[in-house]
Amino acid sequence: MNIQITLKDGVPIYRQIVNQVKYMVASGQLQPGMEVPPIRVLAEQLLVTPNTVVKAYRELETEGVVYKRRGAGTFISENGSPLKAAEQRRILTERADTLLTEARQMGYSVEDIMKLVKERAAELENGTGN
Amino acid sequence: MGNKVVDIQGVTRQFGDLKALDDISFAVERGCVHGLVGANGAGKTTLIKHILGLLKAKSGTVRVFDQDPVRKPVEVLGRIGYLSEERDLPEWMRIHELMRYTQAYHPKWDMNYADSLIKTFELDPRQKIKDLSRGQRALTGLIAAVAHRPDLLLLDEPSSGLDAVVRQDILKEVVRAVADEGRTALFSSHLLDEVERMSDVVTMIHKGKVVLHGTLDDIKAAHQCLTIQFSEEQTSRPEIAGVLSLEGYGNQWQAVCNGEFEVAKAAIQSLGAKITEARGASLQEIFVARVGRGAM
Repeated sequence: MNIQITLKDGVPIYRQIVNQVKYMVASGQLQPGMEVPPIRVLAEQLLVTPNTVVKAYRELETEGVVYKRRGAGTFISENGSPLKAAEQRRILTERADTLLTEARQMGYSVEDIMKLVKERAAELENGTGN
Repeated sequence: MGNKVVDIQGVTRQFGDLKALDDISFAVERGCVHGLVGANGAGKTTLIKHILGLLKAKSGTVRVFDQDPVRKPVEVLGRIGYLSEERDLPEWMRIHELMRYTQAYHPKWDMNYADSLIKTFELDPRQKIKDLSRGQRALTGLIAAVAHRPDLLLLDEPSSGLDAVVRQDILKEVVRAVADEGRTALFSSHLLDEVERMSDVVTMIHKGKVVLHGTLDDIKAAHQCLTIQFSEEQTSRPEIAGVLSLEGYGNQWQAVCNGEFEVAKAAIQSLGAKITEARGASLQEIFVARVGRGAM
């Protein structure tokens, strides 16, 4: 599992793990039934205290993203779809906010942005985008 | 003894005119990684020496596994794996001799574990300690500290002067020790990124006093980093109530707040300024806000 921890923006590490696992589920990188790394393995990989991974997995379990199978490990849930839809919307909303903020600073109107988005969509569909 | 592996109450230590420890109290809970942070000379090593019973508390009490480490050194030290900052090892010994020597003091010594670490770290057991590089010496000391699976792993500045690969090897062993249920690690460091990643609980000491102590989650929840936008350029540092530190230039300033967000918000508004960004603070930012930039 490719999780990147950053200490720049002050977000607690367990929260970064939770967000990135949810993101990977929403984007399909983690499929239902797939096993996530054992606590010690992920803690060693990220060089974080094991209790941080425990906390992240516990939160993911409470939210129904993963489930524990006794003596077997922790797996991505089958029934993650309602949450998955919400998470997908959250991710895209975040991206849209970033785009809107930057565009506003550059003096673009919402109409300008919509026009650009449509143009890009057309170009990507035609295979002319890069 | 509950869940306290180490319990220090009101310890003061003076070297000449210097108060190395000034009425320090704190406890290390079982099963967690405890980070001890502070600048050089803050008192970290002096504190660790009290835990090991190498220094006797002149005032206050030190309990380790509910015993006095000065009066019961065998019982206490037998359960601690210690790596000193100097990694002072017997120079004339070969690595395999050091392992057997250390084993003699520790009935729970796991030779298979020691051997597997020697292999992982690509050490030659026949090499003499005095011929080892800095990194190899640290790793050798680490094996001697962890191979008896101590209840408390005690590391004094484990990363000091080492490259990234060796640092990673050492921190992985800390993870491994704690992932096994019930074991505890206390490490001192001035590398705040490392402490923020590795610690469940943090104690920050400065000039021999505890300036901040708590779980990392609580400490982070209690601090915020604000970006403040003034309508007019500030020619000198503005005074804002409720902030720990303030830095910046002209219109834009950064503040670190502790708890008193409402006070700070009101103060910022009354100056005709606004908060353009509020986010969590890193341990580095919290440390600098608490003890000043010159301390690190």
